[in-house]
Amino acid sequence: MIQKFASPARFMRLSQVLLPWMAGLTVAFAAVGLYLGLVVAPADYQQGESVRIMYIHVPAAWMALFCYAAMAIAAAVGLIWKHPLADLAAKSTAPVGAAFTFLALFTGAMWGKPMWGTWWVWDARLTSMLVLFFLYLGYIALVNAFDNPARGIKASSILVLVGFVNVPIIKFSVEWWNTLHQPASVLKIGGPSIHSSMLWPLLLMALAFTAYYLWVLLLRLRGEIIANKVRVLRLRRVHGQA
Amino acid sequence: MRRFWGIVRRDLRLALRQGMDSLMAVMFFVIAVVLFPLGVGPESNILARIAAGVIWVAALLASMLSLERLFETDFEDGSLELLSLMPLPLEAVVMAKVTAHWLTTGLPLIVAAPLLAVLMNMDGGGFSVLVLALILGTPSLSLVGAVGAALILGSGRGGMLLSLLVLPLFIPVLIFGVSAVDAAITGFPVRAQLLILGAFLLAALPLCPWTSAAALRQALE
Repeated sequence: MIQKFASPARFMRLSQVLLPWMAGLTVAFAAVGLYLGLVVAPADYQQGESVRIMYIHVPAAWMALFCYAAMAIAAAVGLIWKHPLADLAAKSTAPVGAAFTFLALFTGAMWGKPMWGTWWVWDARLTSMLVLFFLYLGYIALVNAFDNPARGIKASSILVLVGFVNVPIIKFSVEWWNTLHQPASVLKIGGPSIHSSMLWPLLLMALAFTAYYLWVLLLRLRGEIIANKVRVLRLRRVHGQA
Repeated sequence: MRRFWGIVRRDLRLALRQGMDSLMAVMFFVIAVVLFPLGVGPESNILARIAAGVIWVAALLASMLSLERLFETDFEDGSLELLSLMPLPLEAVVMAKVTAHWLTTGLPLIVAAPLLAVLMNMDGGGFSVLVLALILGTPSLSLVGAVGAALILGSGRGGMLLSLLVLPLFIPVLIFGVSAVDAAITGFPVRAQLLILGAFLLAALPLCPWTSAAALRQALE
């Protein structure tokens, strides 16, 4: 199974087929999700219209964690089985995850100003998300720090696995430390505690973000493979002249 | 075990013969802390309030600055390759180098910390806990930092890159280290924070040498 998908040529063929589907799914889910979230869903009795920020904020925060977990799995697969595509997948996920983390922090600040009366508080959830953002930045810096790209990928794969300790801390921070950020209301024991008119747009936006991630991941992976090809061709030409 | 202490002795001797190297971390620590009363203003109650945090942050930075050279010099002159060929597992080599690093930087920091606490006008009740928290916390810093120091080998971008990798991972030690001292000053029990710092150390003790040895193997390939 794993070996089957290790061939870049096969991946290029497969991704060619999948790309338009992912793009279409992203647009479709986002269109329906945004319509339900911005037009159909009612305003919150307490938060008013600002509750609609949640339809971006919550999926972005989920994706920030999801991308890190995906990176950690890809890095582990790459280190254990020396799987070339897994290595590249970890590298290609990092900027997307960093962008989702930034989006979650940014929309959170925009929501926090009217609701909490402040852009930022040093509460456990916010602080651990900020640390996640720094971990992404550290990964991106390390993966690009070496002249030999293979060495950069291996070193940063180890870093991702070390940084993974932060993921459970973020998930459970609102339960371990009872601070300003509200605890989970969707992914919890006993089922979601929000009304279906708000749950649906939230889930659709989460699907849209996931499809978007897969879409960009495929694009970036194709880019990485083509860049590798260009590097090999250049080297061959240099050696051919010598 | 004899080989392990051999590496520790070698690193200590190198640090002492080069003289200023290990002193530099302590001097940085002292100067960084002294900057705060000058920057924030010398009002004693403000200084007393921020003393624990300032001392911990300065200790973090001082320990990180010296970490950059933990493997770098040995990597450049090739002795790291010889160390990896020893009949000693690479994990033990890392452990020996971390021990030497802690003895040359962590220990002097702990000695200097109470003096700086006086300068920062810290409340008397916090002194012993500050030292205790540093004793538990600084070895974790050396251990976690060793992973970062091994990862950046050969990138030629030392310090800045290392700080980006390692400082986010230092944050838990900082949080519980400072909150232990603050709890002691306000008269709350400090047992929980010290236990958590100890737990960090116990987790880092087996995991970090293992990870940094893996990173070193990648660098030496």
